[in-house]
Amino acid sequence: MKYFLITLVAVAVFISALEVVITQHRARKLFVEIQEQEKIHDELNDLWGRLQLEQSTWATDDRIEFEAVSQLDMIEPGSKTLKVLIQ
Amino acid sequence: MNNQSGVRSYTARRRLLIGCFMAFTALMLWRVVDLHVIRNDFLRNLGDSRSLREVEIHAHRGAIVDRNLEPLAISTPVVTVGVVPRKILTEETGIPRLAAALEMDTQELQQLLSDRIARDFIYLRRHITPEQGDYIQGLEIQGVHFQREYKRYYPAGEVTAHLIGFTNVDDVGQEGLELAYDDWLLGTPGLKRVLKDSLGRTVQDVESIQASEPGQQLVLSIDRRVQYLAYRELTAAVSRHKAKGGTLVMLDAKTGEVMAMVGQPSYNPNNRSELKGEQYRNRAVTDIFEPGSTIKPFTIAAALESGLYKADSRIDTAPGFLRVNNHTIRENEDHNYGVIDLAGVISKSSNIGASKLALSLGPERIWEMFSRFGLGTTTGSGYPGESPGLFNHYRVWSEIDLATIAFGHGVAVTTLQLAQAYATLAAGGLQRPVSFIKLDGPVVGTQVLSEQIAEQIKFMMEGVTQEGGTGTKAKVDGYRIAGKTGTARKSTTGGYSLTHFRSLFAGFAPISNPRLVLAVMIDEPEGGQYYGGLVAAPVFSQVMKGALRILNIPPDDPGSMPGQVIMAQNRTVFPGTQR
Repeated sequence: MKYFLITLVAVAVFISALEVVITQHRARKLFVEIQEQEKIHDELNDLWGRLQLEQSTWATDDRIEFEAVSQLDMIEPGSKTLKVLIQ
Repeated sequence: MNNQSGVRSYTARRRLLIGCFMAFTALMLWRVVDLHVIRNDFLRNLGDSRSLREVEIHAHRGAIVDRNLEPLAISTPVVTVGVVPRKILTEETGIPRLAAALEMDTQELQQLLSDRIARDFIYLRRHITPEQGDYIQGLEIQGVHFQREYKRYYPAGEVTAHLIGFTNVDDVGQEGLELAYDDWLLGTPGLKRVLKDSLGRTVQDVESIQASEPGQQLVLSIDRRVQYLAYRELTAAVSRHKAKGGTLVMLDAKTGEVMAMVGQPSYNPNNRSELKGEQYRNRAVTDIFEPGSTIKPFTIAAALESGLYKADSRIDTAPGFLRVNNHTIRENEDHNYGVIDLAGVISKSSNIGASKLALSLGPERIWEMFSRFGLGTTTGSGYPGESPGLFNHYRVWSEIDLATIAFGHGVAVTTLQLAQAYATLAAGGLQRPVSFIKLDGPVVGTQVLSEQIAEQIKFMMEGVTQEGGTGTKAKVDGYRIAGKTGTARKSTTGGYSLTHFRSLFAGFAPISNPRLVLAVMIDEPEGGQYYGGLVAAPVFSQVMKGALRILNIPPDDPGSMPGQVIMAQNRTVFPGTQR
């Protein structure tokens, strides 16, 4: 009986040790995976930042005004030509 | 038996051989025990220290955006190139190729590196674009190392330069809001363990020690469109009047949020190589000046609150000068306004009227009222380097001090303080702290003046922009504008200058439900004009007009736009109907 228990515990310890190794291996694999994902995330983040910068550079009020006047022949309406609609 | 087959027995040899094998095996076993048990820790540490490294995980600095989430400051990746001089000098073609890639002179680079051969590592070029970095990395030159860093970009450039400030080469806030909200913007860098090869390249990520926490986005109360408009108009006015500089602050009258804050001269925050300390000061919060006549509404407030005067009380300002002790107080251009009421003191901007009021009220009432409107204390904005202005206690005032403080000489304020004081008037005497951050929901304020008196002063200030007032150029068609002009002589050594002025205008709109408060200061306009009503008021008008349109604030004086107003009786739209 006694030997049986010892054997049982020994087997349990062995299995648990194996599990530790397997889990650790799995954790590392997952970590590597998450690192890859985070890298992609960072790259996309950087790209997003650059696109935002690009967008806001194109949409500078300065440029919009210049394009409106020079390309589209638009003018700023004088106060006398405005119509105000009051609800 | 063995001898029968004629084969000799080599017992001794065999034993010797087996003995050798066993001894060898024992040696091996001992070595295994030695490496794995006895010297395990020592060896493991040694090995790890050569290949396993703890590496910091970068925490992205938060972006700064305006109230509509338009970007004002963003960190983007850049590459920094460094070399180990010893290593690169061993390769024949290394230096010419690197020099070509970095657009440097080969000879110079060679010299530079030879001089520093004893150094372990030197930075060659900081902050090149990732594309350039990838290209140089592709050349695979020995001894060249790359570091990924982040650089701050400010898409609005000089328009927001003063307000936002900037970060240093390590992306840490140095000036302005970048400094004030550094903790919020900065993330917490993480730590991870990685496996590196002999060249120092990361081969594998092993485990995470601490995750990195990116910085948070900072949403400002600024509206980029209004900011741009304000910058354009201020810049145009400064160059038109050949002025030394100027500042402008626009506040939301309902919340105390800063809608726009600009200063001239400005700078390009994306290229600060030729920048002097002088240039990056945010003048609207750090520079103080005498507010001149823009202070008069608060003198009137003290008069009305004392109960000694009513809105229709009259003051005799004849004959156009007033002797106090040994000093003479004069009106602008030596006018003589005769007998005028309190509204006249504001709309004509009578110095004598304001002085007489103050002298009759006594210093304590004036000091008390001005202090309540924030003179001598900061606005509570938390902006780095904000000045509280200059406002002495009334116990040290002489009679002439009192007389001149009543029209804004002998006190000093920042443009932001002036704007906040006017915002308090606009909000019916309710003072709110200034905020650079977009706020949600109502803001708790302090009632520093009764609503009734604030209303009376508002209507007096409307006279300034109407026929016969000093600030008619501040008018915006369709809106009722309250404001006050100011022209302050600059103090020089030995008194006030006769030729150097500051032109001011502060006001708010629309009067029936004030939404926007605007203060404009132009420093030393030259070229003839220097009155606040001629130099600063047109800037006020242009910026206010644009801001009211951008923010969709309905006009409260449609009567001033005859034939331009269409009253919609109901929401039905009649297609093709034309007026």
